[in-house]
Amino acid sequence: MLSWKDKLSSVGKCLCDSARLMVGVPDYEAYVAHIRKTHPDTEPMTYDAFFRNRQQARYGGGGKDGFRCC
Amino acid sequence: MGAFVRKHAIWAVFALMAALSLSVIAISRGESVNALWIIAAAVSVHLVAYRYYSRYIAEHVMKLNAHRATPAVTQNDGLDFVSTPKSVLFGHHFAAIAGAGPLVGPVLAAQMGYLPGILWILAGVVLAGAVQDFMILFISMRRGGRSLGELIRSEMGTVPGIIALFGAFMIMVIILAVLSLIVVKALVGSPWGTFTVAMTIPIALLMGIYTRFIRPGRIGEVSIIGFVLLMAAIVFGQNVAYSPVLAPLFTLTAEQLCWALIIYGGVASVLPVWLLLAPRDYLSTFLKIGAIIALAIGIVVMAPQMQMPALTKFVDGTGPVWSGSLFPFLFITIACGAVSGFHSLIASGTTPKLIANELDARFIGYGAMLMESFVAVMALVAASIIDPGIYFTMNSPGAIVGQTSESAAAAVTAMGFPIEAATIAQTAKDVGETTIISRAGGAPTLAVGMAEIFSHVFGGKAMMAFWYHFAILFEALFILTAVDAGTRAGRFMLQDLIGTAVPKFRDTSALMPSLVATGLCVAAWGYFLYQGVTDPLGGVNTLWPLFGISNQMLAAVALILGTVVLFKMKRQKYAWVTGLPAAWLIVCTLTAGLLKLFSPDPAVGFVSHANRFSAALASGEILAPAKSLADMEKIIRNDWINASLCVLFIAVVVSILIYGIMAALKALRNPEPTAKETEAVIVAAE
Repeated sequence: MLSWKDKLSSVGKCLCDSARLMVGVPDYEAYVAHIRKTHPDTEPMTYDAFFRNRQQARYGGGGKDGFRCC
Repeated sequence: MGAFVRKHAIWAVFALMAALSLSVIAISRGESVNALWIIAAAVSVHLVAYRYYSRYIAEHVMKLNAHRATPAVTQNDGLDFVSTPKSVLFGHHFAAIAGAGPLVGPVLAAQMGYLPGILWILAGVVLAGAVQDFMILFISMRRGGRSLGELIRSEMGTVPGIIALFGAFMIMVIILAVLSLIVVKALVGSPWGTFTVAMTIPIALLMGIYTRFIRPGRIGEVSIIGFVLLMAAIVFGQNVAYSPVLAPLFTLTAEQLCWALIIYGGVASVLPVWLLLAPRDYLSTFLKIGAIIALAIGIVVMAPQMQMPALTKFVDGTGPVWSGSLFPFLFITIACGAVSGFHSLIASGTTPKLIANELDARFIGYGAMLMESFVAVMALVAASIIDPGIYFTMNSPGAIVGQTSESAAAAVTAMGFPIEAATIAQTAKDVGETTIISRAGGAPTLAVGMAEIFSHVFGGKAMMAFWYHFAILFEALFILTAVDAGTRAGRFMLQDLIGTAVPKFRDTSALMPSLVATGLCVAAWGYFLYQGVTDPLGGVNTLWPLFGISNQMLAAVALILGTVVLFKMKRQKYAWVTGLPAAWLIVCTLTAGLLKLFSPDPAVGFVSHANRFSAALASGEILAPAKSLADMEKIIRNDWINASLCVLFIAVVVSILIYGIMAALKALRNPEPTAKETEAVIVAAE
């Protein structure tokens, strides 16, 4: 059983992750974990580089992903 | 038996609740209904539809498989393809689909009373809109997260793929024009509004520099800073409005605002994304979510009475806000919130690459669209709780209501909605504007409604002007984001399209093709914006139906794709799930398109309007609202361009329909399933 504090912090994390993903930034820790697991020989990007990469991908790439509809 | 009762009892309660609230709404005549009945009806219909219909689609039509790996699992790269919990992904998808559309359409539709609008929003979302979003998400998820254009190309053929891409580009042009027009309508002659919206540019630049160089990637922090500055801009805007020096600087005419937006769109779309687009997107996204939640709370706390009649006499099509009878034009006017074709581009964009488990697609695809429909319901409520006299004063074209409170009061009272000139003047004063007359486009009306609700909950009458400008800012902010993001997206689409003929054009990093495509894109939406701004009938009248028709046509195209895929999967016995809503949308859009072309009523038909003006021009006569022969020529030219656009949209949907039928028949003849899904990878249950 989770204590209410744990529950609250997991809700908080969920809201934060959700807000970040809304503007195109997925979970950085999950990215690092993924790289460490599947490409142990490559160094994952720093958070700054990761952030820039995602920003460019969302708004600069095909241009499609950042577009908001009506 | 016991288990059966336990399983369904709660849902039966919701179903009863839906039936009860809808009958209260539908039966009460003459006495006003509390808005909470509307909210209760909407929530119960949504819940029941989600529990039963979306589940039916998931289990029987799509046969979602919890053990079949999604692209986020098979292609996980930690960046584009990331397995994301559905509670996190829901917000992302909702933020991507919900924009100005569900806020504007229902406000315009309120001229027929709130009943037709509410019924269409609920029926439309359950049977068409949410089905479309869910289906396209499913199709894309089973194909590595590919885009709508690619999906149509691979399942239906290259030609329909190109036609759909071209259709999507034209829709984008119309959306950008109509959204910009809404901003112009809200800001014309309003120094307070213009100042606050203008201030978003330096605020966003500051935020951009902050996230790039000072504290890279701190989105939460920079958004709070931006939000505080934004609120300060609204507060200071009042001083600007009353300053004899500053006020004239920010009091712009419609044409000046139009050019400002065109120049802004062109420049903003070539700036680096981190400088302006991204930071403003943070602000607009978070403000949008916050304002929607606040609006929901506000409505529940205030529990306002609906002032607008359930049905007005304008169901016959003689309304001042937009012309045309209930069928088909209501179903065109409310697009987003009921069914929005544009979502098919989002549902085949980033979301399918992030789904962790196939079963989540139901919550994300169907659920998020229900949420958007709820936003549309709230917008309809906000427009219906204000005095109908104020509603028609704000939304009727200047040609009908004139410029002064007296002329507007007389004209609107004559329509059957009695209002005093003093009330109009007082409302303008309450919201801190010099005039509220003829501010069509939905945003200002919604802002008045929101200001009523928010000021009731927080701050009282004294805060009304603040809340009004807050609401204007919140809409203008994400419309401006859409304008530069849309111009960028349009540019890439155009490069792709021209690239099919001139391959060199596809190079998105080359300077020449980028500039040419950006210029073409801005010129295209700028043309329609300028046409709307200078249209004496207010522009919204002409542009919004075009937007509605094009958006619903894209929805029809997406649903046709869904139907074709069901045939190719050998699930044709479920083809009605997408086929019936597609048929309904095709009937609506074709009827509306043909009426827009050939209706003998010049208020509806472009051709008869053009003919009337041409005949007058030939005899040297000048018809109102034109003031010169040059005006006459311009009106005629606009009519023909709009008519051609209608022909184009009709051609797109008819050709996709024919290709769709051919593809379905071909799949039917083949005894084997022919859907081109990526090979299934089965993963063990966790």
